[in-house]
Amino acid sequence: MSELTYREALRQTLRYQLQHDERVFLMGEDIGAYGGSYAVTKGLLSEFGEGRVKDTPIAESVVVGAGIGAAMAGLRPMVELMTINFSLLAIDQIVNNAAKLHYMSNGQIDVPIVIRMAGGAGSQLGAQHSQSFEGWYAHVPGLKVVVPSTPYDAKGLLMTAFEDGNPVIFIEHTALYTMKGEVPDEPYRIPFGKAEVYRAGTDVTLICYSGSLHQGVGAAERLAAEGIECEVLNLRTLRPLDTEAILASVRKTNRAIVIEDDWRFGGFGGEIAAMIQEHAFDDLDAPVLRCSGADVPMPYAGALEQAALPQEAEVVRLVKTMV
Amino acid sequence: MGQTTQQQRAGSTPGRTPAADPVALLRTMMEIRRFEEKCAEMYAKGRIKGFLHLYIGQEAVGTGTIAALRPDDYIVSHYREHGHALARGLEPRRVMAELFGRETGVSGGRGGSMHLFDVEKSFLGGYAIVAGHMPLACGLALAEQYKGTDRIAVNFIGDGAVNEGEFHEALNLAAVWKLPVLFVNENNLYGMGTDIRRVSAVVETHKRAQAYGIPAEEVDGMDVRAVHEAASRLAQRVRAGEGPAFIEAKCYRFRGHSMADAEHYRSKEEVERWRRLDPIETLKASLLADHVISEADVEKMQAGAEEMARDAARFAEESAPPPVESLYKNIFKEPRDV
Repeated sequence: MSELTYREALRQTLRYQLQHDERVFLMGEDIGAYGGSYAVTKGLLSEFGEGRVKDTPIAESVVVGAGIGAAMAGLRPMVELMTINFSLLAIDQIVNNAAKLHYMSNGQIDVPIVIRMAGGAGSQLGAQHSQSFEGWYAHVPGLKVVVPSTPYDAKGLLMTAFEDGNPVIFIEHTALYTMKGEVPDEPYRIPFGKAEVYRAGTDVTLICYSGSLHQGVGAAERLAAEGIECEVLNLRTLRPLDTEAILASVRKTNRAIVIEDDWRFGGFGGEIAAMIQEHAFDDLDAPVLRCSGADVPMPYAGALEQAALPQEAEVVRLVKTMV
Repeated sequence: MGQTTQQQRAGSTPGRTPAADPVALLRTMMEIRRFEEKCAEMYAKGRIKGFLHLYIGQEAVGTGTIAALRPDDYIVSHYREHGHALARGLEPRRVMAELFGRETGVSGGRGGSMHLFDVEKSFLGGYAIVAGHMPLACGLALAEQYKGTDRIAVNFIGDGAVNEGEFHEALNLAAVWKLPVLFVNENNLYGMGTDIRRVSAVVETHKRAQAYGIPAEEVDGMDVRAVHEAASRLAQRVRAGEGPAFIEAKCYRFRGHSMADAEHYRSKEEVERWRRLDPIETLKASLLADHVISEADVEKMQAGAEEMARDAARFAEESAPPPVESLYKNIFKEPRDV
């Protein structure tokens, strides 16, 4: 065990994959000489060389598309898109090619690609650099969507992503890169589609992923001091979604809140709420609630940005309306 | 490479670029023509649904180019790709079955006219998003460069692609990384129903490739021997590791954009003018005049093409549609145990 940051944990898996699989190479904007916008790939260029760690033009569509093409030819590319906001320039490649080729070719073509990107808000980067599109990607059949919330998850989920054999949208949270946590030194894999009960409880289920896990845990600790025990679920992947774990928890607590950075309207939380009422309506003692991002383009000013993001205090307030 | 790749598993066999055999080129073009005419008949009978884009008129481009390639060179094409598939040697029966939406189709009936795939033949698809397949061709080429092989990727695009951002991103990446891609632009002068001159600031598409430092030339796309000559020469250059190359093949589609096209945007006179340049008729006349073939040979080839098309339609008709229970099959490759 070592105490690592989220970014160091990610780097360990990248290094492991580069060392152990000749088919693996990395490409993206400023991942090499610059060391990565969020420093995840720092040092890998000097260790593995330009053949394995490729700086690309700022041309998201061809970078992702070339990654897909290389995957079609049997390689295992990892494309870093710097931020999820720039992934919109590559959405044709992701949705029309990566997600569809295995199906459209009747299983003849595999697309084993990992597309990493940083999402989320909280650093006053303004409206074009502060978005959460995980729900959009989770909407598309053919994509796996991974949303690690701790250094431990980051290392183990990225390992699984490389070995899954399908297109994986791997969404990191900008606010978590410096977060520290205990991480095993040896390689390990965390399966997709298996949520973690991060904190056990009996009264309300807080359904969390990525950055929102930490609002959920913070709220649960405050509520515990008042005698309310929340169960905190860490989803780890949105697609596949661990519906069994969500339903099992809701059947125990009879109440649920989804916490997400994403916009509320049409967001992924709505999908979870719908799923719960379809399968566990009779177990519910209260409507499923959402603590979501506000439906606004993200403002720059700090106070406004915080008002637009899900807050621990709001989770506490919502829980108290339910119990 | 330590691991067996998808393509190696598929059993590709590197071969040599075949020399131009004008009779073989003629036969391929006649087969494509007859196959496409049969498709139009089958569409009229309601056997083929959806969009159907015929290659009639443009046969020389695909035929001449593909004859200049090795069988293991990747082909990545657009949605008017039946001719490319046949020229590459995909089974006509299984191509027709795909158009009928049958389980025996090259894509199991999941793709349709615009999405033919045959990995064993290194035919990596027809794509229906204009220019959206160009990055894939770059990636296939990148993979071969990475593996250190001399396999190349050939990317067919239409003239409509040249104003898409992905066209420019792909040309730039291919040039700056010296990727082994041969771009073949089938410039049939219309992006769907829009005259290229109305929407393109530079209508000579090869000049756009030259702007990225890519060797690019214009060729008469109605002359299969000219296409073959240019493609052979440029493919050799690409294979030698000298980076991408670009062919602008000026050509014309004799039929509408798709079966739904009333063709209000071009004159009958213009169509007639181009029909006089029919790549099949001109090559046939030339080979007859030079006594390379006889009228009897032509009749035999015509009968062969007819039988091929009829057999393909019969096979498709007799094939079963995919079972509805298979709807969710192949969304994901089954992951290896983790």
